[in-house]
Amino acid sequence: MKLHVSTTVNGEPAEFLCSAEQSLLDVLREELHLTGTKEGCATGDCGACSVVLDGRLVCACLVLAPEAAGRTVETIEGVAKGAELHPLQQKFLEHAALQCGVCTPGFIVAAKALLERNPDPSEEEARYWLAGNLCRCTGYDKIIRAVLDTAAELRGVTR
Amino acid sequence: MAHVVFAPGLRRFTDGAESLDVDARDVRELLRALYARWPALEARLAEGTAIALDGEVIPNGEALFERLSPDTEVHFLPQIGGG
Amino acid sequence: MSERKFRQVGTRPIRHDGLDKVTGRAQFGADYSLPGMLWGKVLRSPHAHARIRSIDVSKALALDGVHAVITGADFPAAAAGSEAGGEGGATDFHDLGANVMARGKALYHGHPVAAVAATSSRIAEEACKRIAVDWQVLPPVLSLDAALAKDAPILHDDMRTTGDEPLPKGPTNVASRREMGRGDLAAGFAAADVVIEREFRTPMVHQGYIEPHAVLARTGEDGRSVVFCCTQGPFMVRAYCAKVLGVGTDTIKVVPTEIGGGFGGKTTVYLEPLAILLSRKAGRPVKMVMTREEVFRATGPTSGTHVRVKMGAKRDGTLTAAEAVLVYEAGAFKGSPVNAGMMTVFAPYKLANVRIEGWDVVVNKPKVAAYRAPGAPMAALATETVMDELARALGMDPIDFRLVNAAHEGVQATYGPKYRAIGFVESLQAAKAHPHYRAPLGPNQGRGVAAGFWFNAGLSSSANVALNEDGSATVVTGCPDIGGSRASMALMAAEELGIPVEQVRPVVADTESIGYSDLTGGSRVTFATGMAVIEAARDVVNQLRARAAKTWDVELDAVAWQDGRAVATNGAEGKHEPLTLKQLAGRASATGGPITGRASLTARGAGPGFATHICDVEIDRETGAVKVLRYTAVQDAGRAVHPSYVEGQMQGGAVQGIGWALNEEYVFDAKGALENPGFLDYRIPVASDLPMIDTVIVEVPNPMHPYGVRGVGETPIVPPLAAVTNAVQRAAGVAVRELPISPPKLLALLDAAS
Repeated sequence: MKLHVSTTVNGEPAEFLCSAEQSLLDVLREELHLTGTKEGCATGDCGACSVVLDGRLVCACLVLAPEAAGRTVETIEGVAKGAELHPLQQKFLEHAALQCGVCTPGFIVAAKALLERNPDPSEEEARYWLAGNLCRCTGYDKIIRAVLDTAAELRGVTR
Repeated sequence: MAHVVFAPGLRRFTDGAESLDVDARDVRELLRALYARWPALEARLAEGTAIALDGEVIPNGEALFERLSPDTEVHFLPQIGGG
Repeated sequence: MSERKFRQVGTRPIRHDGLDKVTGRAQFGADYSLPGMLWGKVLRSPHAHARIRSIDVSKALALDGVHAVITGADFPAAAAGSEAGGEGGATDFHDLGANVMARGKALYHGHPVAAVAATSSRIAEEACKRIAVDWQVLPPVLSLDAALAKDAPILHDDMRTTGDEPLPKGPTNVASRREMGRGDLAAGFAAADVVIEREFRTPMVHQGYIEPHAVLARTGEDGRSVVFCCTQGPFMVRAYCAKVLGVGTDTIKVVPTEIGGGFGGKTTVYLEPLAILLSRKAGRPVKMVMTREEVFRATGPTSGTHVRVKMGAKRDGTLTAAEAVLVYEAGAFKGSPVNAGMMTVFAPYKLANVRIEGWDVVVNKPKVAAYRAPGAPMAALATETVMDELARALGMDPIDFRLVNAAHEGVQATYGPKYRAIGFVESLQAAKAHPHYRAPLGPNQGRGVAAGFWFNAGLSSSANVALNEDGSATVVTGCPDIGGSRASMALMAAEELGIPVEQVRPVVADTESIGYSDLTGGSRVTFATGMAVIEAARDVVNQLRARAAKTWDVELDAVAWQDGRAVATNGAEGKHEPLTLKQLAGRASATGGPITGRASLTARGAGPGFATHICDVEIDRETGAVKVLRYTAVQDAGRAVHPSYVEGQMQGGAVQGIGWALNEEYVFDAKGALENPGFLDYRIPVASDLPMIDTVIVEVPNPMHPYGVRGVGETPIVPPLAAVTNAVQRAAGVAVRELPISPPKLLALLDAAS
């Protein structure tokens, strides 16, 4: 028996059919065809499925799809505004903060959530906020540099 | 004359010889000469062996037509792979 | 190598595929779908070692929504023996086929026994549960010691040890034993003033790529299949699936998707032959995606090892002799990277007297696959910690001790051949000169140094460079981009053509759209595929010169190519206005037709890469935790085409090594089931574990490459195991003989010492 869920994804109304035990991650990818959010583990350990639910950073694999009903979901696909990249996206490119790129959507969503709460994070604060996002390619160095550089740019500080 | 060096594990196939100078234009001729002298060497080298010519390691089978210069040093090495 | 002034090579343009990756548009293995698609799931052995008496799939077939079920019986019985195949050394297709689907015997917990295609993954999983397997459970062999014990259970009745005598006779778990060396070991040790002999154990660890294996296969009524998969080698997938399924390579087209990490773990096939076979049987496309648990249980981690190293040195620091015995786990089928371990263990050093022995041993664990410099990190752990101990015994600085013994051009490598130009000494000197090396240390802090070496591969690649009418260029190759290599391909083509890199589109093509290319791995893409791109671009340049010659009515040798323009020379100077690439491309149809350059080559002259790493740690005596305070990686890259991505390789490899040293290990229960098949308990480094990873790129150009390029991807993982271990030993004052140095283990060592 499928449930009918109405929600808002990246500012637009969206609806889907799902079973009660399907995850939000599954539904985003399979029903709404938003494949930018990735499955790395399905147990909330890797952060590749990071999305923002009602303004809160969550792992979409740990959210049941019906829980999205009546709420707002923001995914990687909504980070850029039309043709304009978010400064985080631009900085990730400039700093070469991605190699294979599969963890990148999760990092960008998570880092955006960080900077919206804390516009001036220290390196340590950035590392601890992002400790829930695993990367196996970069060793995190260039990712952290990109995030801190973005924070500085958004604050209007020249580095 | 290519100078062929035999690792300890190969010496039982070469009557104990540690090295041999072989007159050969390319690796294929070299191998023919070695196998003619020591037939048992052929089966042994067929199992996953790479060849090093003057320091460069070349996978098995790719090296047959490599030209040998008058003083090329040849080693047989285990085949390895990268990741 | 002449000092060429590069205009583009060495710059840091934004990678062409970057936009799709930061916006989530890039399509990875699991991101593809086709109409009518079914989901495939694998039934896996719950036993680490068991005979399959029978499999009854009838109840699975009867389930609504199930369209196909396959078992080992659906595969052709592969011929025994192996075929020399590019990257992975020799591939035994009999073993590969049996690994992909068990034939009569399950050899590890998680070994595929059957597979189902159904209309949803949930139905497919339910169907798997309804497959009845009649097992005869056998005692599992779960360690090297157990495999080598007298009366050990035997995994393969027909296994006989190959290699160098003396060889064990009769049924065995030893797949091979090899030996190499030279000189007089006894005399060498006798001449030493200090001799140190140590034994080390490292656990089975996994590459840890974040993207699980995924495939979407469709087979048409004509028996031809299209396969979308995340792989390091589309041509490898084609060849291996053809072998395992007993079909022609011309019946399979492989489209490589973007790949979310590989590190060697995606240089073979697991799901692909299953998906093709299921799609053939079902008559519909079949998608299969591994869960994280399946990735850990049933793909290809790297060997757990037992390594003994003995080294002797004189008081002046000269090494006199070295001996190593390396025993590596192959997993369920033969083929650990022990050979590479043997060849790399002493490779950085000048040694006249050396003996190295290597054992390849099967155990009831997943068959090991390549993991970044396969076989080398475990060997370097042993050598580089003994080197550190020798340095301390001799009262020498660890870098100075290595400088005394460092291999350089002309030195006979311990694995046989003479080195050409190499950059080990340069990397040691750069490490010694780095401010990190002089920074003061506080209480409970220690500094470790270690060196590393990897051969780097050449192998075969094809490239096409096509000029578009507007003067832009498309560069097509067949090597998947796992670390930013597309940007480097574009840079090299742009350099040759003399156009801005933004006007070059690099493309990774499927197996029907480009000539044969060996896979991405072995640190070979920038070197070998790059060489093909350079040659193809030069082919374009020669055609452009010919078009200019035609236009000006002069001989070809009166036309030079400079900075993206044809320039009259050689007696015709000044007689003709230069023609830009854009102009020539715009009138290509009039001067002879479209311009495409091509190259297919087997690259020679891959240059080895050396590195020196420095690691500072602080230990917590209460908890046993180790914190990495500072890390510097120095490496010879030959020529850094895109420095940001060279740095990225150095940083990523170093961090994998740090994880291997401090946290990562496969933990098996007594029955051989993996107890930590997830990222929570298989603990890879996270951002808060680490400092910035400083990098220094040294450039000792490889004389055999047009730009001097050396592979860089694998060397970075070789030093960190020992760099971290040496740092911990110095910080804690205890002897570490086993990895990982996890908190309980370090606490136990500290308690024992006090």
